[in-house]
Amino acid sequence: MRFRLDNRYLPPLFITCILLVGHLFYGILESYERTALAIVAAIVTELVLGRIFFGKWLNLASAYITGISVGILIRSPAFWPYALCSVVSIMSKYVLRVKDRHLWNPSNFGICALLLLAPDTVAVLSIQWGNFIWPMLVIWILGSIIIWRAKRFHISFTYVVSFFVFAFLRSWITGHPWRAEVAPITGPMYQLFVFFMVTDPKTTVRSKMWQCVVVFFVAFVEMLLRLNQVIYAPLYALFVVGPTAMLIEMWIESRRAVTQKSATTQESPAA
Amino acid sequence: MNRSTTARILLIVCFVALLATPFVVRRLSARRNTTARLDTTNALSRYGFYLQEVAQSSQINFVHQAPTLDPKLNHIMPQVASMGAGVSIVDYDRDGWADIYVTNSGEGSKNALYHNLKDGSFKDVAAEMGIADVNQPGTGVSMGAVWGDYDNDGYEDLFLYKWGRPELFHNDGAQRFTRVTDKAKLPPWVNANTAIWFDYDRDGRLDLFLGGYYSEDVDLWHLKTTKMMPESFEYARNGGRKYLFHNLGDGLFEEVSEKLGIDTRRWALAAAAADLHGTGYPDLFIANDYGISELFFNDGKRFREVGKQTGVGFAPKSGMNATVADVLNNGKYSIYVSNISEDGVLIQGNNLWVPRDGSAGDSLKFDNLARAMDIEIGGWSFGAQFGDLNNDGTQDLYLVNGYISADRNTNYWYDFSKIAGGNSTIISDAAQWPSMDGRSLSGYQQKRVWLNDGTGKFVNVAQAVGVGDVNDGRAVAMVDLWNRGVLDVVVVNQRGPLLIYKNTVAPENKWIDFELEGTASNRTAIGAEVRVFWDGRQQVQQVTGGNGFCSQNQRRLHFGLGIDPHVDKAEIRWPSGKTQVLNSPSPGQVVKLKEPA
Repeated sequence: MRFRLDNRYLPPLFITCILLVGHLFYGILESYERTALAIVAAIVTELVLGRIFFGKWLNLASAYITGISVGILIRSPAFWPYALCSVVSIMSKYVLRVKDRHLWNPSNFGICALLLLAPDTVAVLSIQWGNFIWPMLVIWILGSIIIWRAKRFHISFTYVVSFFVFAFLRSWITGHPWRAEVAPITGPMYQLFVFFMVTDPKTTVRSKMWQCVVVFFVAFVEMLLRLNQVIYAPLYALFVVGPTAMLIEMWIESRRAVTQKSATTQESPAA
Repeated sequence: MNRSTTARILLIVCFVALLATPFVVRRLSARRNTTARLDTTNALSRYGFYLQEVAQSSQINFVHQAPTLDPKLNHIMPQVASMGAGVSIVDYDRDGWADIYVTNSGEGSKNALYHNLKDGSFKDVAAEMGIADVNQPGTGVSMGAVWGDYDNDGYEDLFLYKWGRPELFHNDGAQRFTRVTDKAKLPPWVNANTAIWFDYDRDGRLDLFLGGYYSEDVDLWHLKTTKMMPESFEYARNGGRKYLFHNLGDGLFEEVSEKLGIDTRRWALAAAAADLHGTGYPDLFIANDYGISELFFNDGKRFREVGKQTGVGFAPKSGMNATVADVLNNGKYSIYVSNISEDGVLIQGNNLWVPRDGSAGDSLKFDNLARAMDIEIGGWSFGAQFGDLNNDGTQDLYLVNGYISADRNTNYWYDFSKIAGGNSTIISDAAQWPSMDGRSLSGYQQKRVWLNDGTGKFVNVAQAVGVGDVNDGRAVAMVDLWNRGVLDVVVVNQRGPLLIYKNTVAPENKWIDFELEGTASNRTAIGAEVRVFWDGRQQVQQVTGGNGFCSQNQRRLHFGLGIDPHVDKAEIRWPSGKTQVLNSPSPGQVVKLKEPA
């Protein structure tokens, strides 16, 4: 019998790898307790809300990814932001829904919310973990393979290419060294952003081509924000572009449904 | 309304309430800080003290000058040339009145030794004493200074650390200082930001620790390469080496750092020594920029790094200060490390490493209680010192901050964070850093004067007690400048003025001071501990050879005692290991003690 791992479990495994590599090689975690708190808070919230609103115990892969993303990305000397961010992230899936779909990537929503509401207590990991190049390459290669298997590589690839194009454009506009403009994507925040946030199946549009167009726009809005010296530009860009694209898609789908319905209605008498 | 709708409404209410949580937390913490302006009567009655800046009226007009480094750094010059204002307190002529030595960092600029004229004024005597003109082009510029009587002749000698050639000056009976660097065989060039005197082997002679920041093969005025910046914002190991000079006597020193287990190239900005794990030998704590702090346990013959094991070397931050004090009045030392906090950008928080109850010796563990005690967020923090500012019997904390105050309307944080996230090939190369273009970086920051309320909490009362300056503070020292039984505060600012904050304390709060002189121990008694017991309370303090950031407090130990105290006893532990008990010393005096034979 051949063992075949369900694709659903690849992202959680991968993000666990990132966490382990990051911590064992660089000691990235603020503390074990804070990361554990973020993960537990996300899982418990998902369990409780899933039971209340869907009447069943949900698969916890998504909540685990949210918790671990929060545990890695949030930087705060306090404990409460880790728990709050995880809980708010998961709750956003249940509260901010249109046509039975949630609009924001949960951790993107939670982190942006805390950055805006608690800037005196919370920052986001935006520094390089270290300088061993091989672990970084392993993460990028492994991440690419996993995303490829999940049939979402085109999204990450489009984003990375767009980022580089816009980085050179920014360099040309600002006169800053191009390496300085490229620097952020060599950091760990982007690994999580590229492999987990922009590719989230639940909060991306359905068509493959439009998925590429949307992440291109994420990179474009990020460039605009960066030109305005917004530090967490990619997170805010996704925060704005992602739900907007989803809403547009829903609107188009509803229009199409109306058109089809009326066409069907018009055709019916003739038939 | 069905159950599903009710549940959804409750969910939305909870969601909104959770989003409002940060506001509530902020409101609660705001209550613990006061932003009221100085009203001396009110300050005295509410806080027991107030501070008045008196540099000008004390005839002190010192303004720090920053260096101008290699033109290849012009685009980020304010950031690279951002340190060098240091202050150390000394009674160089043994007249019983504290004097002030301050370092300058412009090429050709002069350091100053402010001799205390006892009438409220000071006179700069550095030039006539031969320790002013120490920043000549080609020799580097001063970063800080520490005083210690390395030859036990009774007069404190001067060690000057620089980005450049370190210098040792012998105090010739307060008549003049003689340069003895060559005889001491100090290295030709060290880009150092910290040094402390301590007697690590308790042989009665002061040894010297010197911590490099930039690598020692970098001449910041003549760069061979622009790849001299830290290789990572929090994991850098390409800084300067460390030196431990063992005092052999007769003015000779032997460098023994590697031999004794101190082998690190992190970017050291501050060091402190204290007997933390109870062997009688001073352990060594190093606060590193761009990385974790390091703690070296000293067993008298060798040092071993225990930062991770003890908990102080786990999370990398931007350590810029190391100061040791008995913050909880429990007879144990805590260590305060300052870091960077900027709203919405980087919230490292400062650390107060408090020894965990029940842990001791080799199994000593520390917990960071800065947040719990409300001394965590201090902006881009630099020097900090503990001292009992209101003589109530608890250690208060004075923190200076502010990195680069330039254009008020623009800041460099975005570009700084961009580079900080970059791979080593990018961050380590100064040529890749975007130009600062006159922008500020955590500039114009309000200082912190945190008052210890004795219950494990501190309250920031800076403005209410008269500290309103927003200079780019670097070093701070505490000293009783006018022998009044109170701690005054001396602050030096990068590219800014030297400030003297004269302290006025509510007279009902009493005090007792100790001045120690070693015999078998080193004569300045660095490393000696005094433990005072009064009214059911206790507090321990030690004589240090430099602490904080580029600073050194007065040698005299000052204990506030509160109202109408009865002192049971004072226990003195000399560096040699001898102990002495003084029963029922009277408050309101400077107790002068010589180590018993």
